[in-house]
Amino acid sequence: MVRTRLRRKWTLPRLLIALFLLAVTAATVYPFLYMISVSLSGDVYVIKNEISLLPKGVNFRAYEVVLQDARIWTSYRNTILYVGIGAPLSLLVTAAGAYSLSKKEMAFNKTFTLMIVFTMFFNGGMIPTFLVVKSLGLVDSFWSMIVPSAISTWNLIIMRTFFLGLPKELEESGKLDGLTEIGIFARIVLPLSTASLATIGLFYAVGIWNNFYSALLYLRNDQLYPLQVVLRNIVMASQMVLNGGSNVGDNQVLDEPLKYATIIVSTVPMLLVYPFLQKYFVKGALIGSVKG
Amino acid sequence: MESARASTERTVPLTAARSRATFLKRLGRSKYLLILFLPCLVYYVLFKYLPMFGLVISFKDYNLFRGVWASNWVGLKYYRMFFESPDFLKLFRNTFLLGVYNVVFGFPMPVVLALCLNEVRQALFKRFVQTVSYVPHFISNVVVVGMVVMLLSPTTGVVAHFFKLLGWQPVNFLVQPEWFRPIYVIADIWQHAGWGSIIYLAALTAIDPQLYEAAEIDGASRWKQLWNVTIPGIMPAMVIMLLLNIGHIIDIGFEKVFLLMNPATYETADIFSTFVYRMGLTLGNYSYGTAVDLFTGVVSLIFICTANYVSRKVSDTSLW
Repeated sequence: MVRTRLRRKWTLPRLLIALFLLAVTAATVYPFLYMISVSLSGDVYVIKNEISLLPKGVNFRAYEVVLQDARIWTSYRNTILYVGIGAPLSLLVTAAGAYSLSKKEMAFNKTFTLMIVFTMFFNGGMIPTFLVVKSLGLVDSFWSMIVPSAISTWNLIIMRTFFLGLPKELEESGKLDGLTEIGIFARIVLPLSTASLATIGLFYAVGIWNNFYSALLYLRNDQLYPLQVVLRNIVMASQMVLNGGSNVGDNQVLDEPLKYATIIVSTVPMLLVYPFLQKYFVKGALIGSVKG
Repeated sequence: MESARASTERTVPLTAARSRATFLKRLGRSKYLLILFLPCLVYYVLFKYLPMFGLVISFKDYNLFRGVWASNWVGLKYYRMFFESPDFLKLFRNTFLLGVYNVVFGFPMPVVLALCLNEVRQALFKRFVQTVSYVPHFISNVVVVGMVVMLLSPTTGVVAHFFKLLGWQPVNFLVQPEWFRPIYVIADIWQHAGWGSIIYLAALTAIDPQLYEAAEIDGASRWKQLWNVTIPGIMPAMVIMLLLNIGHIIDIGFEKVFLLMNPATYETADIFSTFVYRMGLTLGNYSYGTAVDLFTGVVSLIFICTANYVSRKVSDTSLW
């Protein structure tokens, strides 16, 4: 009743709310549009800082240079490998751990739960963790991007909350068939949890894709650098080694379009897949909020 | 059957031998669950608990070649050094202020956004705004800071472009210490406000519509309904989020500060974690860095415990 009445009324507060939401949307979208415009614009307009929304003097030279840069390709490949190997691994370990924690009958269940939750409020800090990673021989290795950040406590707890909600009867049938808990987990629970697994898997994938911290701390070898480090070197430290030798069409390319093009090239995959995966992300945020 | 057995066990008085036998039985019965848990346990022991024991090096003169055990004890040397250095007050102020501003300005935004979205009746428009506003949450800190740096550039940035249109002088925001905190907080809101609103939107849909009808009958205005029905309805969610935010005041994210700061803005930008990084990993002074690590961890723990305690007394909502 209340709702139908509201639908007809277009009052001043509601107009202001609509305008506010439009402003939020514009503030979110505008930086992306602007970056795309500059990356496509001609040097003259960029130097004079004349671009506000649409590109002027459209050309693709910046992208040609960026896509010729070996560092971009190497780091792209590295990041895809880190995500491709790290996310499934993290997901598997998290799911198995969360399943065990959701079973009250497991010995030490309370101790383990407490032990895990405690790390959310206190941890050893950057240097001691670094020294452990170093003593395990992980520094400057492929695995340093995957293993030290393999489990997110938050994801583990979300997963556990989800498993707690599964009906007991499902597992009883497995027990009657003589399956062990590992069998029940692998054959019954996992196939029934695909949506939640997808959600957590995606959170891990995004986390690894965006991870700059581990690379900064643990990687020195530039052949192992993920995209984020190369991106930072190009955009913020202005390591435009490529610009010196990049004479596409006998023309030097300005820094700005190149930097924007680099940002766009590294962000596009995320922006492209996001709309299709949004519902999984939102689902994950909501399971987590049920019981923290 | 499980529970029946458990209850008989509880009624029988347990002798030491018997209790050990039940314990072993329980261990044996859950061996497969324990196997599933093993990788997780190894991870937490290696990467969470071993570093906690590693904190001991803050009381030693840690030497990379001698290792943790063989290094000499120095007691509180590095703590004294830290508390007596002029860096201490500066770092504390910077960390604390950045964290507090981030909560004060960052916490209300998702609530406001959710309340506004809740008033929108055109489902399509609502979906569109939601989808768009969640996006920045998934953009990496490197990209966000890269964008900030580029957009604020005094020569080619878009902000300078608009300043020029307005006839103002360009300002180089990134090298001015007084602009560091506003820039950080705005970037953080841009990144996370949309995503943060999800939890409140969920809480809003859980409010019983009958409450609104009753308020309507009592003649409450929309504004009154907001204060007396809507806000109390999402209060528990707000308290939990506020507690979590307060818990992160001291261990505010390292990445974004590290990426956004430059030597010109150290005066306001340098926080505990960036200092630890420079001291420990860049300069190799592991013990000093670890002392600051432990100090940060303890203060952070005190913050969250206090916030939780106060909240439990005042609002009956708490994390534990």
